[in-house]
Amino acid sequence: MSLRVEDLTVYYQTLRGDVRALECATFSLADGEIMGLAGESGCGKTTLANSLILLVPPMRHVAGRVLLDGRELPICDVEAMNRYRFKEISVIPQYAMNAMNPTRKIGRMAMELLRSRRIDAKRALPELERRLDLVELSHNVLKMYPIELSGGMKQRMVMVLSTLMDPSLLLADEITSALDVSTQKAVVKMLVGFRDREIVRSVIVITHDMSILYQIADSILIMYAGQLAEKGPTETIIHSPRHPYTKLLITSLPKVGVKHDETRLKGIPGKPPLLLDPPEGCRFRERCPVAFEACREVPPFLEIEPGHFVACWKETEPNA
Amino acid sequence: MAKDADRKKRNEFLYFALRNNKLKIGALVVLLFVVLASVGPLLTEYSPRAYVGPLAAPPSSEFWFGTTTFGQDVFTQFVVGLRATFVVGAVGGGLATLIGMLVGFIAGYRGGMVDEGLNVLTNIVLVIPTFALLLIIAAYLKVRGIVTESVFIGFTAWPWAARAIRSQTLSLRSREFVDLARMSGMRPLRIIFTEIAPNMMSYLVMAFILQFGGAILIAATLDFIGLGPTTGMSLGLMMQYAVLWGALPLGIWWWFVPPGAAIAAIVGALYIMNVGLDEVFNPKLRET
Amino acid sequence: MLKLDGVSKTYRVGTFGGKQLQAVSEVSFEVSDGEVVSLIGESGSGKSTIGKMILRLVTITGGRILFDGRDISTLRGNAMKTYYREVQGVFQDPFSSYNPIFKADRVFEIVRDHFYPGVNDREWDEKVRSSLEAVGLNPRHVMDKYPHQLSGGQLQRFLIARALLLDIRFLVADEIISMLDASTRIDVLNLLAGLKGRGLAVLFITHDLSLGYYISEEAAILYRGCVVERGQTEKIYDRPIHPYTQMLMASVPRLDQKWEDVEIELRAKQEEPSTGCVYFERCPKARRDERCRDQRPPLVEVEPRHFVACASAGKEG
Repeated sequence: MSLRVEDLTVYYQTLRGDVRALECATFSLADGEIMGLAGESGCGKTTLANSLILLVPPMRHVAGRVLLDGRELPICDVEAMNRYRFKEISVIPQYAMNAMNPTRKIGRMAMELLRSRRIDAKRALPELERRLDLVELSHNVLKMYPIELSGGMKQRMVMVLSTLMDPSLLLADEITSALDVSTQKAVVKMLVGFRDREIVRSVIVITHDMSILYQIADSILIMYAGQLAEKGPTETIIHSPRHPYTKLLITSLPKVGVKHDETRLKGIPGKPPLLLDPPEGCRFRERCPVAFEACREVPPFLEIEPGHFVACWKETEPNA
Repeated sequence: MAKDADRKKRNEFLYFALRNNKLKIGALVVLLFVVLASVGPLLTEYSPRAYVGPLAAPPSSEFWFGTTTFGQDVFTQFVVGLRATFVVGAVGGGLATLIGMLVGFIAGYRGGMVDEGLNVLTNIVLVIPTFALLLIIAAYLKVRGIVTESVFIGFTAWPWAARAIRSQTLSLRSREFVDLARMSGMRPLRIIFTEIAPNMMSYLVMAFILQFGGAILIAATLDFIGLGPTTGMSLGLMMQYAVLWGALPLGIWWWFVPPGAAIAAIVGALYIMNVGLDEVFNPKLRET
Repeated sequence: MLKLDGVSKTYRVGTFGGKQLQAVSEVSFEVSDGEVVSLIGESGSGKSTIGKMILRLVTITGGRILFDGRDISTLRGNAMKTYYREVQGVFQDPFSSYNPIFKADRVFEIVRDHFYPGVNDREWDEKVRSSLEAVGLNPRHVMDKYPHQLSGGQLQRFLIARALLLDIRFLVADEIISMLDASTRIDVLNLLAGLKGRGLAVLFITHDLSLGYYISEEAAILYRGCVVERGQTEKIYDRPIHPYTQMLMASVPRLDQKWEDVEIELRAKQEEPSTGCVYFERCPKARRDERCRDQRPPLVEVEPRHFVACASAGKEG
């Protein structure tokens, strides 16, 4: 499968005007690639994920298109997207594990979900059970209520349901934030296992936790205030980033082995701009240590090395 | 700058309050009756139980609401009864809200055994057959006034308000700002009144409105079956007398329709106001 | 300065309090002046409960907590107030720590009303200004504002400033940066570490191992209410001995190395209270040792400033 997003621009309509949550996002995803989508809160990562699968008000599509396997996805048309949702693109939403109806047994919920997608529940059952084995959940889980399951078990259940129809693209939105460290590792490794077994072909993992991405992602896309900042192979982003924001972000993360008394880590002063009326040009301008006049125009997302994209005038045109 | 934000927040409520039709219509109706109850008695020179006119006369220019089978002026009875009804609503409803707040806040804040104990109390009062209790009281107190009735209603109608307030208090209490207040050495009572209650203002206002309406209804019912006050006049009493003295078969509609319609209108308007207020206070229910 | 001696917390749950839930079980450790101690544990480890017990927000059902040698569970009234002058806390959710209908600086006013009633305006303003400066906040940016107008980082710093107004000696920091954005986290963390210079002692409660390493001299690892390993931070991280600590170290995603393939037993939902070692169900070493099922292993010093509660600890190399 291949995913290509071109100039995707999505705003939120509010009483006070448009919140410019996503500006001109352009990137591609290859077959079998696990891409991490990272950034702080409000950077637009969830907006990007939602645009790919459920673009409903107050979100408003302003420009751009999405191509899945060369065909344009009708992301603005919720009805037309029904064909693709769950079957070609699927999502594990944020807090999904807490959104299960507490009065329904898991099995019944699963059946209802499948029926609503017009899938024959009886025929899907053996495959469902096979998947449960894959994530090390006993089949008894189907007879239990959500409250009887631990966080990790619920998350794995949601993973199984979201991927039951073997979607080409899976969007995993903050699937580890509420889990214990050991469960996190298991869940995330199962996600990779899904990709390896070709149950899903490509995955976009949305998170603010860079260290998880370092462990499982092939590439990382960094976003800031609705704009794409940098994309590249994981090793490159973590160990030799080029965008000033990425550099500052990576160096501000505490790591085991770094002590305060020996190495003073630094953060990024200031805060992200409000997207109701964002500054012109590069939105990182105000906090950037190397900003100069050219930054008043939006820097293009250019490929500076094969597979490594940066949106920064300093990197692409340092003498401008 | 910050003062603007302050004003904006209050203006936000005001803005939605003024745009909310349910609130406006409900408030208007209630206001109408309040005005009527205040100035009505000044418009009539009769006293409610005096025999002043022809027996069972239909509405006319002299007796706007007609007369009863005894020749009493229905309009006078109506406006005086309206006043009494509002008194019961305010006193009874107010008392119920106050007791509910007391029990609810303490149970919600303290938790543990205190909470358990107050829950038991709440359940007992909820389950007491008020009807039977009233009969007993009626047997002992040969003379009862509006205030007695209000107090009785106040002491028996508080459980649901207490429950609602308790659950809100419980959820607010687990918020960290309460912990911070405790770590500043604030006493529990002060925390309840300065930190928790203000956060629940909308809730408390709505609870009072519901208690107000509820008290009026209960009073009307009690009056109607004869367990109401023995002195004075109220809308429920009017209806009781009307039915007692055969207004229905005799077709003396002007005796029981005004009080009945008034009660329905007032209580209905109060409930609609409440729904409107809920929309104003809770952004998620608004129609935008 | 602060000493926990066999502290336990038991909750009564179920109808009429029939069953018992042991949130904290005989925890002991110490914090000295100018020291940062990390309390590391996952959800259900009891770390927050310990913090709340130290802050007297939750009652202590077993053991003692001593502050400068005095048992704090006996404090009442004015003695409590004196305690709060010296011991304060900051919590995880900055937005929940403020009453949303009031301005943020009201928390300062409350402190003034209760602790400094006689101070005149000029002196008070000076105190506030120096506290805000110590946490790196500009008074003009943060005073006279509502909580929703400030960022999470600013709110947390504001709370630390509030604690500093009281000239505290001990701060309980319960997951104070976990809800902040990555770029502001490190600044608040640095701030906390910097306060050590004022003689402040900090109990840093977290689930994030790298934060614990960055900021603390000593650490205690908690599992289901019990201390399984404690001691000097470096020693624990370099040579974790307890199976749970080893599992934690192996499971934490790191930025400098990839995960090793270690077998991990995941937690099931039902965890019965056990009389033996709390980690028995998941421990890879316990199968061979029935002492683990029946007896709770005591904390044993395996090297200077490194204690482990494991029956097989002494046998490690």
